[in-house]
Amino acid sequence: MSGIAILDMSLLALIVFLAVGAIEVRNLYSAVMLSSIYSLVMACFWMTNDAWDVAFTEAAVGAGISTILLIGTLVLTGSVETVRKAVSWPALATTLLAGALLIYGTLDMPRYGDPKAPAHTHPMYGAFVRQDVPKHPSGRSAADVAAWHKANPDDKHTDFFHGHVPNQVTSVIVSYRAFDTMFETAVILTAGMALILLLRGRRGNPQRGGLI
Amino acid sequence: MIAAAGPSPFVAFGADLPMMAACTVMVLATALIVVRAIKGPTAYDRIMGMNSAGTCAVIIVALIGFATRRPDFLDLALTYAILNFLATIAILKFVKYKRLG
Repeated sequence: MSGIAILDMSLLALIVFLAVGAIEVRNLYSAVMLSSIYSLVMACFWMTNDAWDVAFTEAAVGAGISTILLIGTLVLTGSVETVRKAVSWPALATTLLAGALLIYGTLDMPRYGDPKAPAHTHPMYGAFVRQDVPKHPSGRSAADVAAWHKANPDDKHTDFFHGHVPNQVTSVIVSYRAFDTMFETAVILTAGMALILLLRGRRGNPQRGGLI
Repeated sequence: MIAAAGPSPFVAFGADLPMMAACTVMVLATALIVVRAIKGPTAYDRIMGMNSAGTCAVIIVALIGFATRRPDFLDLALTYAILNFLATIAILKFVKYKRLG
């Protein structure tokens, strides 16, 4: 086992410890501190995994900006909830305008499942399939595929699934960036679940749901 | 920039023993800091913990950079140091004045 792997495991253990601590601690202040430490350790973990762009973002957004934003939220919230009834008309107009623009933008997209969409009419072909690492489950080697494409230069659409799918968008998202996409999706799922848990209101023991 | 010597930048434990040993010690130090930050009865313990964890992260990032033969990671360590300082200042300001402006 390499040293980096041992380092990874100890960092991950720390991260789990910190996450449980940040959830369990009842003081919001302390939760902010712990989440900041969590981000820093997480950035170290991204570092050992060779993803230093992610580490950069994690440190800048997680440890830097969001700590300050959360502290700013603590300044604003306090312990008493106030209800504001006033409607800000310029803000409402801006939001509606931006929403309308976004919906207008989607009108240019191809219909859902349209077989004539550019992603389907421009599939992956030879140059992208020829790779040094053979990935085909039938064991057809990269050299075989390359020889076949050399013998049939006109056929751009035959695909040996040499680690790729014909659809270019799917190929990039699922083949090249599979793990990246998987964890990004996990992040969005977690955010959605957290939002649902926050917005559905509190039930049961009110003491456990107290803020501080 | 010093180019990677071997075929893979991820070297085994033996190749960069001093760096990896230092890394291990820093991770242990981070573990102690985390224990203090989670247990710490007052907010100041946790502020201190956050600041020290940031320092540890800076050192770990720099060490990993040197252990994997890519000292460019030093830029990242410097960014962490600046951000850590910023966050600590913001928190201390909030503790003292109860506002950020």
